[in-house]
Amino acid sequence: MLELRAVTAGYDRRAPVVRDAHLTVTPGEAVGLLGPSGCGKSTLARVAALLHRPDAGEVVLDGTPVRGFRHRAPREQRTAIGVVFQQPRLAADPRLRLADLIAEPLRATGRRASAAERVRELADTVGLTPDLLGRRPHEVSDGQLQRACLARALSLEPRWLVCDEMTAMLDASTTAALVRVVEDYRASTGAGLLSVGHDRTLLNRWCDRTLPWEAVTAG
Amino acid sequence: MTPAPLLAVRDLSVRFLLPGGRRVDAVSDASFDVAPGECLALVGESGCGKSVLASALLGLLPANARTAGHAHLGDLDLLTADERTLARTVRGRRVGLVPQSPAAHLTPVRTIRSHIEETVARLTGVRGRAARRKAAEQASLRAEFPLDHLDRHPHELSGGLAQRAVTALALIGGAPLLLADEPTTGLDRDLVDRTVDELRRHVDDGHALLMITHDLAAAERIADRVAVMYAGRIVELTDAAAFFGSPGPRHPYSRGLLEALPERSFTPVPGLPPELGSLPDGCAFAPRCDRATDACGALPPFADSVACHHPVTAPADASHATRTPEDTRA
Repeated sequence: MLELRAVTAGYDRRAPVVRDAHLTVTPGEAVGLLGPSGCGKSTLARVAALLHRPDAGEVVLDGTPVRGFRHRAPREQRTAIGVVFQQPRLAADPRLRLADLIAEPLRATGRRASAAERVRELADTVGLTPDLLGRRPHEVSDGQLQRACLARALSLEPRWLVCDEMTAMLDASTTAALVRVVEDYRASTGAGLLSVGHDRTLLNRWCDRTLPWEAVTAG
Repeated sequence: MTPAPLLAVRDLSVRFLLPGGRRVDAVSDASFDVAPGECLALVGESGCGKSVLASALLGLLPANARTAGHAHLGDLDLLTADERTLARTVRGRRVGLVPQSPAAHLTPVRTIRSHIEETVARLTGVRGRAARRKAAEQASLRAEFPLDHLDRHPHELSGGLAQRAVTALALIGGAPLLLADEPTTGLDRDLVDRTVDELRRHVDDGHALLMITHDLAAAERIADRVAVMYAGRIVELTDAAAFFGSPGPRHPYSRGLLEALPERSFTPVPGLPPELGSLPDGCAFAPRCDRATDACGALPPFADSVACHHPVTAPADASHATRTPEDTRA
């Protein structure tokens, strides 16, 4: 289970962005979190992905409370979660070729030897052709770059996926293609999903249950 | 049929010349009209050449671009006009740009009032501080920008208000043609609806609007006609009601794009769009198309609203083509 218990978080303790949020994702479940822009849902997604330390409350990952966030998160917990962000341009190191972008988590966790083979597999999964793997972010479209970011998120076979507006910048066909990749991955691994967004139609179609922001937090 | 077009684009092509003799065919042989009181939505996947087309119409292409064809705005050809003409008589005065990202378009250290007053001073004959202030407030009201927010800086505005601020700027010069480049990217659905409804209001006031977008729901809400672009070519240009409703799109790509929506079958078009630097000789969509045959090795001519050797349905009923704009506001 991925559990958020009474999470209060933000960037200024006196004015938290998220107050008293409760949310549970069970293994294999796809949960959508629906809210308008600026409501704090991305902050909550960052907490769930262990990228932002809450001011109060706790995150419990498969029964173990999370003690450290960001670089202080233990590797075992950090690598159990894959994250995809809204804007691929801001989530990709512009100096890296797509192949290196996808391989980064593998290299960082001592899987350098098998990285090349795994990158080919992942590229195939997300629909990137081999010639694209040799390019840098400025040489590919937003849709192609987001495919690479999704491949990177799947590279360590996470048990949990957090998608923060993964498709907000993308056209309809690329959106459908990436959602299908996530769903195929979940079907084969049983991973759970927290998908945060503002598109009700998309989340209803994609997720097992979709929660409005008001149902999750105290405002 | 429709009133005389304000903008008439014929066989517009844009090529980028890259080092090493490489060439990118960003736009190929695009032809379309936009009439006053009409909105044409140009839709397609990211990287298909939509924004390059918009830049070409404003004379904002980089130096390594080569254009061919015509884009007549009245008696002026936008493609061959010199920079002096474009700067002094076209941008802001005859063509207003509603940009993609208001946050990036506005100057962060200046207030909205200062932006609007500067634009009023540059584009209209209004002289004197008091008159300029009044004109700026009228311009704000035209775009429904609240006057009590005029003294705020761009970062103090919500996405929707920032969008209204740039729309106000685009309207100041009284340009009959508005060009909106992805005006709804990154906005949530309610805000998308509000933004396109406001743009539609300006169309109903008599502006011609060319809206470039990958958001099909926004296009459906605002457009009278839809042009679908694939790999730099317009592959279908048709009436919006026929496109989104019945009988539906005729080009297999348009159909695939529409079917990918979560409210429809949510199935992606297989494969990836081709590289604009190495397009095939024939139909660029053929490798992804389930209707492709040997005939697709030749470039399909644009006929009967579609450029395809195997269009899906018969041409739309002619009665659709003569609807008034009001009919599309379902």
